[in-house]
Parts: sequence; structure tokens; C-alpha cells
Amino acid sequence: MQFWIIQGLNSLSLGGLLFLLSSGFSLIFGLMRLANLTHGAFFMLGTYLAATTLRSFDGLNIWTTAIGAGFVVAALGGLFERLVLTRLKANPLGQVLVTLGMSFIISDACLVIWGGDSIPVPTPQNLQAPTRLFGFVFPTYRLVLVGVAVLVAVALYLLIERTRLGAMIRAGVDDRQMARAVGIPVSRLFTIVFCLGAGIAGAAGVLGGPILSAYPGLDADMLPLALIIVILGGIGSLLGAFVGSFVIGFIYTFGTALFPELAYIILFLPMIVVIAFRPQGLFGRVGA
Amino acid sequence: MKWIAAALIGGSLLLPPFFAGDFYVNLASQILIAAIFALSLNLLVGFGGMTSLGHASYLGVAAYISALLTSRYGFDHGTAALLSILATTVMAAFFGVIALRASGLGFLMITLALSQVLWGLAYRMSSLTNGDNGIPGLTRPEPFGFSLESPVAFYWFVLIVAMTAFLMMAIFVTSAFGSSLKGVRDQPRRMAALGFNPWLIRWITFIYSGFWGGIAGLLYVYYNKYIHPNSLSTMSSAEALLGVIAGGSGTLGGPAVGAALVLLLKNYASAYIERWNMLLGLVFLFIVLVMPAGIVPGFSRLMATLRGKTR
Repeated sequence: MQFWIIQGLNSLSLGGLLFLLSSGFSLIFGLMRLANLTHGAFFMLGTYLAATTLRSFDGLNIWTTAIGAGFVVAALGGLFERLVLTRLKANPLGQVLVTLGMSFIISDACLVIWGGDSIPVPTPQNLQAPTRLFGFVFPTYRLVLVGVAVLVAVALYLLIERTRLGAMIRAGVDDRQMARAVGIPVSRLFTIVFCLGAGIAGAAGVLGGPILSAYPGLDADMLPLALIIVILGGIGSLLGAFVGSFVIGFIYTFGTALFPELAYIILFLPMIVVIAFRPQGLFGRVGA
Repeated sequence: MKWIAAALIGGSLLLPPFFAGDFYVNLASQILIAAIFALSLNLLVGFGGMTSLGHASYLGVAAYISALLTSRYGFDHGTAALLSILATTVMAAFFGVIALRASGLGFLMITLALSQVLWGLAYRMSSLTNGDNGIPGLTRPEPFGFSLESPVAFYWFVLIVAMTAFLMMAIFVTSAFGSSLKGVRDQPRRMAALGFNPWLIRWITFIYSGFWGGIAGLLYVYYNKYIHPNSLSTMSSAEALLGVIAGGSGTLGGPAVGAALVLLLKNYASAYIERWNMLLGLVFLFIVLVMPAGIVPGFSRLMATLRGKTR
């Protein structure tokens, strides 16, 4: 019983983390029709930034670091979008290839700067003490992480569904040409959404640090998870990313705990099932 | 003009064993292997319009199966080669069914996800694959009793396979089936209306491409006598895709030239700097931004302009 409850919580916290990773990916894909393969590298960059800042400055807490790193990564993403991606508007394949190239550049730069050894990211001190609930002992940080993911999900939902900016993004997702015709600055929206997605990925990297620690190859570990979640949940759907993240969080955690060597195979089973019966994903629209 | 160029290139492939030292003969073998691999990917990318970012799956799986069967389970090379190619082709058939549910970017993401799963498996399932240590100490086959240990002997072997591969793939794309494939790439709806089955045409191409990817994988593991999860990584798929796009996707010889350039760049660059990954990323940006049609079409257009033709 203990095992199932603890692993269940681990699944929830991994799911929360995966939502932070994949929501940005899904948003970018939905609006820009761009598979941003730099997303894993943005996440990893956040983790490395957290490793450095949290270990060198005692006064910083992980939340301000996450926001700070989010802005740094968002700025980097914005530059990349303005300088490179906009030049390739008519060439979606070229866009994917440059995001892939960019991910190689970022991950190699991280290797140069931070070296090849894995660097642990300290858990915030006030969250180190375990929490007792119903007679079970939980790591507090993981509980808080689930709460943060839900908060971000609600914030993103409100942003997309309840604000003017969100309405413009939805218009752009549905019909880019028509949105342009009625005067929505679609090109500027692209930059905003790309920055937003990159920033959330960077912040997610910071928050995932205490669980995953920073190591070379973290980007290659996280990117396929984001891909699988988005394929599973439906491309461009926030709800799909949310549900998909927790599904994959559970499958990955229990898979690793019960069948450590086969965890990767188990991971792609739900993806195959969904593709076979519902190619547009659980919550995707037809033709997405 | 085209035939003269082809004959010149074909003839020059016979030269390395006679004039070059072992280092260059080995380099030439590696180039040929990379060329087979790039050409097989080009069937999908160039002629089928299906951009795959998971082609390393076929190279890596064929290599791993052959390595495991010969080193651990005592199979002879002939049987191991047959079984690994068979398994790789079956895997391609299965992956094709999954990936072809989508097209465009969805197809790309599914192939990438599938290959990443295999890469993770090779890394994590260390009881079978020896994980990050890879499988060292492999041997080369001895077809009909000829040893392939010397660089020159191995080069001849690779050259024969590469010529066969090139011929078979050339026949494939110039045949009636190849025309229907190009038709499906450009006008899937019209082709369907004309009574063709686009899905089936794509699927057969997917399998055929996986088959030659597997052949490249066998040669790859014979050459290196070692296999590591890296050969299954996105990096490995991306290098091949860069070769295809740099050389000119959808041309017959372009991807071979592109693969040769990527390999030479990798060899020479890694002699001076350690940052191959970063360089690869920069080359990606450069090629896509500056030469989107590839080097070979870009070059032939240049030649045409020089000879005063209008294109």
C-alpha cells in the first residue's frame, strides 16, 4: 500500500512537471504549426541555470529563480524566433530543422559551460521536511510542485479563454489568414507565444531540478516525453497536454518502478493505442 | 553530360584502394556506408515527401541485432545478417503503420518519438545491450572465405554493396512505382481519385527505406566492430537528414554527396575542435537558411547559368 501511494504521488509530481514542459510545446505547435524541437534544450537550460544560481547565491529561493530563468529562456527564444524562424515562414520543414540545429547548439553550449558531470539542484530548505498525511510520509517539494502545475494550468486556461490576447491566439489557431485579415498582428502573436512557451519550459527546468538534477542528455530525455504527451493529448490542446502529462507521469513512474528495463517500451504503448484509434489525439480536433 | 559525370564519379570510386593509404580507404568506406544510409532516407524524404527524424532506428537496430546474435548467441554472420535484416524490415513495417497515421509534422514527431524510445531502450536495458558501454569486440564476416579485416578488402565489399544499393534504389524511384510515389507526394488526392492507394504506396516505400537503412546498419557495425546507443540517437538521424537536405533531397545522387560532405566535415572538424554537435547545429542553420534546395541542385543551377541556359 505504502508503495502504491508513494509512487502515485511521484507520478502526480512528474505529471505536473511534464505539463509545464508540454503545455508550451503544445501552444507553440497549435498556433505556429511548428514542432519546436528546441523545447527539451530550453528545459535543460533552465535546470542548469538553477543549478548555478541556487548553489552560488544562498538568499535566492527556487520560485524567484524559476521566474528569472523563465525570462532568460523566453528572451533567448524570442531572439531565435525573430532572427531565424520568421525568415522561414513559408517553410515548415526548414523551421523544424533549425529548431533541431538550435537544440544541438544549446546542449553543446551547456556541455562546454557546465561540464559532463551531473549537478544536483538543492531542494528549497523550507520544503525539505517531509509532510505527513493520513499516516504516510510525503516529500513536501513534490506536493508543492503538483500545486504549482495546477496553478499554471489554470492561469494558462484563463489566459487563453478569458483575455483579449487569448482570444487573438485562438483566432490565429483556427484560421491564420482570416485573423490577419481582421487586423490581428499574427506575426507578433507568434513571437509572444514562442517566448511564453520557451519561458514556461525554462521555468519548468528550474522546478524539475531538485527531482531530476542537471545532466547532459536531459534535453534528449525530456523532448520525447513532450512529443508523446502532445501526440497523446492532441496537438495544440491545453486540456490534452494536461491529461496526457498525468497519464504519462503515471505510466513512466510505475513502469520504472515495476519494470525498470522496459519503462521506455511501456511509455509508447498508450501513444500507439491513441494513434491507432484516434490519430488526432484524445482532445485534438480533426485535421490538427 | 549527366552520364559523363556519373561515369567519372563511379570510376573514381575504384581508385582509393590503389592510390590511398589505409586511413583514406577507411574514410572512403565510411562515406559509402553513410551514402547508403542517406539514400535510403531520401526515398522517404525526397521521393515520398515524408520527413523522418527517426531513421537511425533501422541502422541501430540492425547493427544491434547482428552484434548480439554473433557475439552473445553464437550465430554465424550469414544467419545473423539475414535475421537482423528481416527483423529490421518487420520493424519498419510496424513503425510504418503507426507513423503513416499522420503526415507532415505529425509524421516527423512520431518517427522521432519511436526512435527515441529505442535509444532509451538501448541505454537503459543494460542486461541485453550493455548500456552506455556498448558492445565491443565484434568481428567482421568472411563472405565465401574472404577475410574483410584489411581496409582494402572491406572497401571492395562495401563498394559492391553500395553499388547494388544505389542501383536498386535508382530502379525503385525510376520505375512506375516510383512515379506513383512522386505522384502521391505531390498530389495525394488526385492519385487516390485515379485509383491508386496512397497509403499503401507510402507504406511500401517506408518498408523499403527501412530495409536499406538496415543494410547500412550492418555495414556500419562491421566497419566499427563496436556498437553504442549513440548510433540510435537523434543526432545520428539528424546527420543523415542533413546529408539528404544538404545534397538535395529528391535527387538520386545528391544525398550521397551530402552524406560524404557531412562525414568529411565531422572527421576534419573533430581533428581540430571537440564541438562537433555545435558545428552540426550551425551547419543545419546555414543550410536551411542559405541553401534550402541543397548543394547539388544549387551547383547544377549554377552550371546551367554559366553555360548560358535559362532554367
